[in-house]
Amino acid sequence: MDEQLTLAQALANLSDLAPEIWQASVETGLMLAIGLSVAIVVGGPLGILLYLTQPGQLFANRAVNGVVGWFVNLVRSFPFIILMVSLVPLTRLLVGSTIGPIAAAVPLSFAAIPYFARLVEQTLREIPRGVIEAAEAMGASPAQIIWKVLLGEARAGLISSLTILTISFLSYSAVAGVVGGGGIGDLAIRYGYYRFQTEVMVAMVLLLVVIVQIIQFAGNHLAARLDKR
Amino acid sequence: MIHLKNVHKRFRRPEGGWFDAVRDTTLHIKAGEIFGLIGFSGAGKSTLLRLINLLERPDHGSVNVDGRDLTGLSAAELRRARQNIGMVFQQFNLMANRTVAANIAFPLEIAGWSRADIDQRVAECLDIVGLADRAGHYPSQLSGGQKQRVGIARALAPRPHVILADEPTSALDPKTTQSILDCLQDINARFGVTVVIVTHEMHVIRSICHRAALLDAGEVVELLQVTDKQVAARSALAKSLLEVA
Ligand SMILES: Nc1ncnc2c1ncn2[C@@H]1O[C@H](COP(=O)(O)OP(=O)(O)O)[C@@H](O)[C@H]1O
Ligand SMILES: [Mg+2]
Repeated sequence: MDEQLTLAQALANLSDLAPEIWQASVETGLMLAIGLSVAIVVGGPLGILLYLTQPGQLFANRAVNGVVGWFVNLVRSFPFIILMVSLVPLTRLLVGSTIGPIAAAVPLSFAAIPYFARLVEQTLREIPRGVIEAAEAMGASPAQIIWKVLLGEARAGLISSLTILTISFLSYSAVAGVVGGGGIGDLAIRYGYYRFQTEVMVAMVLLLVVIVQIIQFAGNHLAARLDKR
Repeated sequence: MIHLKNVHKRFRRPEGGWFDAVRDTTLHIKAGEIFGLIGFSGAGKSTLLRLINLLERPDHGSVNVDGRDLTGLSAAELRRARQNIGMVFQQFNLMANRTVAANIAFPLEIAGWSRADIDQRVAECLDIVGLADRAGHYPSQLSGGQKQRVGIARALAPRPHVILADEPTSALDPKTTQSILDCLQDINARFGVTVVIVTHEMHVIRSICHRAALLDAGEVVELLQVTDKQVAARSALAKSLLEVA
């Protein structure tokens, strides 16, 4: 039957699925939005802390740097699927359920925090030490140094980091989707794999390809505009 | 104006042990003076300069600027005191993502000036360093000499009583060097700002300094007096630096 599938039929099947595709896209969007927001709100400050506690930096502190760095590495060394399963109790506690995009956003957020923290730390390292020192010499407070100097000077790199994070987590969200989160990846597996509707699989992969390209293009464009170095 | 009394600074060596970068040094710099710190590389010039605004904290000794002992201040008080001490760097250390005007505005934002006051003062400072037409440029669009002018304008913006300059011309060619030295001298003459300048070139001392301290191995070995662009030198070290120039 598969071999007799014409293009017209394939398109007709897809158009029948349009509401589900839309629903799946919204679910993917929701998982990403929650995961990325948590990454920015929690992972961002953690990355700044990781940077500032390094030797020679403003709040150089071997103990804090060691503990935070260890936690970041620990979470990052878990394969995502294992992290998801281990976080089932936490997810149930927080969301009251383990299925649906909101539930899937819990392990996604958890994985996104150390991922983004590391990216932020790497990005901040590119700022010349002398620029921070100049701000210190002018009497800037730590908060002013963080907001005006670190974030201002690293803004293009931070946008690039966020782009990388978004694209990685689009793929993580597909994994989370299959284990009950919904979304584009889940739709692709349910129709394309379990029901042998290859055209759905192909269409969903194409959709993801297009989304990734758009995110990368937008990220590059914004980063280039913000970078005056 | 600036009184360093028995200041001592030691650093931990990476390979273990300690290194005394500044040894029990006493130095008095007068208000309105252009004072040079000269010596060979590694003599402790930068460390001594950075002790003045406490970028380096002395292990012992006192640092008194404008009648205040800085070593006894709280973190917040020290930040306020630093707004009275501008600093200029060899590598300029400008913020790449800020325009020239926004770089000069930075210390004023920090000090909590109003937008209108900031704009007016930035325009004044741009005029003083001759960069009025570059306000909207980014540092990457400027030459080395122009970058250093921005650095000087930024240091001058909060109307400090002191400007510290660490080898401000060492990254520049001879012609640009002279124009930057002239700029510092002009600021000193017009606004009475005390300038402390670190250099390894006797030329810089002769050209704009009133007095200078010759440093060697973390100690002041000779105080040099400059009269009519001539340096009277006694020590062999000072003479050797004069020969290089
Ligand atoms: N943060 C530091 N840690 C360890 N050693 C330092 C540090 N800063 C300076 N030193 C050492 O102190 C000595 C004097 O340095 P510096 O004041 O920069 O000399 P100068 O500016 O005269 O070239 C050098 O030997 C340098 O290696
Ligand atoms: Mg030096």
